[in-house]
Amino acid sequence: MSAPLEKDGQEDGQKGGTVGAAVTASPTTASSTTASSTTASATAAPILAFDDVRVDYRGRSSTVSAVAGVSLELRAGETFGLVGESGCGKTTLSMAVMGLLPDRAQVSGEIRFRGEDLVTMPAGRRRRLRGDDVSMVFQDPATSLDATFPIGEQVAETIRAHRSVSRREARDRALQLLAEVGIPDPAARYSDPPHRLSGGMRQRVVIAAALANDPDLLLADEPTTALDVTIQAQILDLLAQLKQRHGMTMLLITHDLGVVAQICDRVGVMYAGQLVEVAPVDQLFAAPRHPYTRALLQALPSRAQRSGRLAVVEGQVPDLSEPPSGCRFKERCPHRMPVCDTTPAATPAGAGSVACWLETVDRATNVELAEQVGGAA
Amino acid sequence: MTARLAYVGRRILLTIPVLIATSIFVFLLIRLVPGDPVQTMLGIRATPDNVATVRAQLGLDKPLPEQYWTWITGVLHGDLGQDFISHEPITSLLGVSLPITLELTVLAMLLAVLVGVPLGVLAAVKGRWTRRISGGFVVAAISIPEFWLGIMLVLLFTGVLHLLPPNGWVPITQDVGLNITYMILPVLALALGQTAYLLRTTRAAMLGTAGEPYVAFLHAKGLRTRTVIYLHMLRNASGPIVTVAGIQFGVLLGGAIVVENLFALPGVGRMVVGAISNRNYVVVQGGVLVIATLFILVNLLTDIVHGLLDPRVEEAVAR
Repeated sequence: MSAPLEKDGQEDGQKGGTVGAAVTASPTTASSTTASSTTASATAAPILAFDDVRVDYRGRSSTVSAVAGVSLELRAGETFGLVGESGCGKTTLSMAVMGLLPDRAQVSGEIRFRGEDLVTMPAGRRRRLRGDDVSMVFQDPATSLDATFPIGEQVAETIRAHRSVSRREARDRALQLLAEVGIPDPAARYSDPPHRLSGGMRQRVVIAAALANDPDLLLADEPTTALDVTIQAQILDLLAQLKQRHGMTMLLITHDLGVVAQICDRVGVMYAGQLVEVAPVDQLFAAPRHPYTRALLQALPSRAQRSGRLAVVEGQVPDLSEPPSGCRFKERCPHRMPVCDTTPAATPAGAGSVACWLETVDRATNVELAEQVGGAA
Repeated sequence: MTARLAYVGRRILLTIPVLIATSIFVFLLIRLVPGDPVQTMLGIRATPDNVATVRAQLGLDKPLPEQYWTWITGVLHGDLGQDFISHEPITSLLGVSLPITLELTVLAMLLAVLVGVPLGVLAAVKGRWTRRISGGFVVAAISIPEFWLGIMLVLLFTGVLHLLPPNGWVPITQDVGLNITYMILPVLALALGQTAYLLRTTRAAMLGTAGEPYVAFLHAKGLRTRTVIYLHMLRNASGPIVTVAGIQFGVLLGGAIVVENLFALPGVGRMVVGAISNRNYVVVQGGVLVIATLFILVNLLTDIVHGLLDPRVEEAVAR
């Protein structure tokens, strides 16, 4: 939660650029009803679609329901931010896309990449997709590279895993990639082991390896969390640039709303395994609808500083081995109603959607409540 | 590259004091053992005068530092002294026995590595049954002593199956096939426990790497599972495996003494055991020094290999 919202003005220009790329990468047929330019690609074909995805981790004595019925579509060319606190299932969801969950994880529902279900896809075909059409960047560059291998080879091997090229060609391509991600003097660094590089440089190598085969979809799981603040900004810039240049779609997983504001087109908010709200970035920050989203935005330090105290979301995240029925936020929600014991469906709200009974049960009351909450802040 | 050379150089320099300390230790240890070698040599009826004469001939009447100096300068010139009894130079005795011990231990080590490491990998990555069977094998194989296993092997392969000779030895220069035939049982007896140790170490080291984020990233890059396991995970797991293999080589040298005696192989172990019962301590001294030096050199090699496999080791030491 480091980047304050005041940065909004600065980011707008950058965001415009990103959207431009999205539009060229995926021709849009109509612009959506909202004024926001970030939703211009609203009707493009989804590149990735989650359909009622559930992930359960089976343990000896209990089963943890880490993802509980997430449905979501990613449009080709957009940068979609998935936010939520630790343990809300965002990483599990991305690992489910990659097919890298441990054996004890049970996935149900459909995850369709370009219309093809990944969950039921044979392992061999799925492997060939990984690192080629779909890539992933991990959180901590200190641990995501093999410490015993030269960095250049770790990029080159990704190419050789998917293309029948000679060692020489793979090396040349790897050198290009290292230069593209901003490694100074790649030829000299090619044979360096990872520990000779700084954290930011290592993350650049990780990104180079992930982009080696020009993927269509890049999953970035907290790609800047482990880095210094100044390096964070550089890496985010790099990701945004590369995304634009390669015409990729990016799923950015983060708990940092500042990062979301900086480079995302749309945002999904997860809480305890449920996707509670999806909205274009502007809409989410300007008019959050789900009570959890509101609480989250109010907890941003830049807002709370005015009152001298940090705002917090009262209560505890539920135990996911015995999740509450219905809405999982209900225990902490100021608007709890009896109907919250059944799971709310995602209902359209502006250019996004919200999974909350307030949306459907009583719209009039909802507006009132929203004003109350807004006024309190 | 310079870091690598610096590492190897430093590691070699570190070996020198260890070798000196070892030689002093070997020299003193043999003199602390009760029993007078000269008396043993000459027999009970030797007069004190006789004993004193022989003692002077052998230089045993001189102070210990002087004795050590005489011995160690000889060693450095390739002279390990003479057998009290046969008056043969120790070096020519070792010329016969050392190759046998080396053949035995190196073959046993090779077998242990070639069987133990792949099985350890399988035990780490395959399902529950592989794990259980390998777990049972490890416990059994580590618990069985070499001498008992050797006897059982002889009973099986000679007594029941009539496939292999019970003991004996033919020089490799005379008949390679026959030499190997005589080596099979001793090598098996010696290698089983080592195989189990290496299996267990490999399994643990592989499991240790399995949860690392870089393994997930390797999979995320779309590498074949085989590549991830045998190229990346195994290389990362190689530190403990190489280290244990190096240390276990010392255990093998110790085990060789038992196995050589059991199978009547005229190796260094058998030579030393024979020499101990005769208080023939120049032979013991020479044999033990050679074995200890061998062990130190193997450990040096182990560390160098470890450094080559993991660049972090080199830099940590070179710093």
